[in-house]
Amino acid sequence: MYTQGLDQAGSKPRRRDGLETDAQLAAFQARIDADEKIEAKDWMPEAYRRTLVRQISQHAHSEIIGMQPEGNWLTRAPTLRRKAILLAKVQDEAGHGLYLYSAAETLGVSRDQMVRDLLDGKAKYSSIFNYPTLTWADIGAIGWLVDGAAIMNQIPLCRCSFGPYARAMVRVCKEESFHQRQGYEIMLTLVRGNAKQKAMAQDAINRWWWPSLMMFGPNDEDSPHSAQSMKWKIKRFSNDALRQKFIDATVPQAEFLGLKMPDDKLEFDEQTGHYRFGEINWQEFYDVLAGNGPCNRQRMATRQQAQADGAWVREAASVYAEKQAARNAA
Amino acid sequence: MTEKNWPLYEVFIRSKSGLSHRHAGSIHATDDQMALDNARDTYTRRNEGVSIWVVRSSQIVASDPAEFAAFFEPAKDKIYRHPTFYDIPEDVGNM
Repeated sequence: MYTQGLDQAGSKPRRRDGLETDAQLAAFQARIDADEKIEAKDWMPEAYRRTLVRQISQHAHSEIIGMQPEGNWLTRAPTLRRKAILLAKVQDEAGHGLYLYSAAETLGVSRDQMVRDLLDGKAKYSSIFNYPTLTWADIGAIGWLVDGAAIMNQIPLCRCSFGPYARAMVRVCKEESFHQRQGYEIMLTLVRGNAKQKAMAQDAINRWWWPSLMMFGPNDEDSPHSAQSMKWKIKRFSNDALRQKFIDATVPQAEFLGLKMPDDKLEFDEQTGHYRFGEINWQEFYDVLAGNGPCNRQRMATRQQAQADGAWVREAASVYAEKQAARNAA
Repeated sequence: MTEKNWPLYEVFIRSKSGLSHRHAGSIHATDDQMALDNARDTYTRRNEGVSIWVVRSSQIVASDPAEFAAFFEPAKDKIYRHPTFYDIPEDVGNM
């Protein structure tokens, strides 16, 4: 699914490592400017490494936590077809998390450290997954809007300057399109159903629209680290540019469904060719990031429980491997 | 809890017969069989492969990117290894 402009949350000001010379930094920037890819074992500024470790691991955590809101409906999917699809989608999210952890590990941080940081509450994940999935229509809205927003964000990341991240994103993007389409198909089915089903679809949009817009992160003027990330080509477009692109793409899709985005100020601006939209409630965004969204504690508790429940399996696998290795050596 | 870090494996996938195996990413596993199974589940959920290699990351020997210029230097000045180095009259035709 996705990460967002999470960088700003609780990140320390970038400091330059004392051992880095101006010549090294200039040579590095020259490589970036020439559109060369940086690979894991290449020299890189410590701040570049730290930024990537934080962003990629947060992105991975988001995929892992992102399985929970949808997993909530696995046993209650309306048909076997929908159930198989949802199961495949949730498995994809797990897979995306694994691609990303693997990309982050190339930078020298261990998988176990990243998992610990998540479980200890030290690492962030996307705010969107702290909202509840109250009805089946939420599964449609998530696929269409949340995965749609994720695609907007992730496609430029396929060209990110760090090779392993870019390659992981190519793989993710290939799979993400199915996620969005199955979500929109759920919405289509609902709006073609009875009045209650259509109302359920509208209700889902009402609740998911604004949180989806928040996925792009704060406004550009409140996103202090964006400029450096753009200079390093980790980020290719600003938060506001991507958000606008998302709105322009999805509003007509809602119209096709016969549904309305919950924004009275939403209107098409003939002059600019873009939709104008209302004010985002940033206080809500910061509250959710700070741990006070509707489901933050539940998400963390579920993840911690899953990790604890799996401990005996991991232990048994390690012991079995040791035993086999000893047997083969004998 | 005394959990051990599972070894890291690099995953290579042959997308169809006739093509080489290509690096796809990495996974963790306690042993070789689990590495193959995890690689399949992680990297080939949509028939992306007909064959998988896994190898412990610690077993890979890699050239040093910082030394790449010196390491690959011997090939730099041998332009006569390329076909375009040779002038063949056009009348000879395709060669």
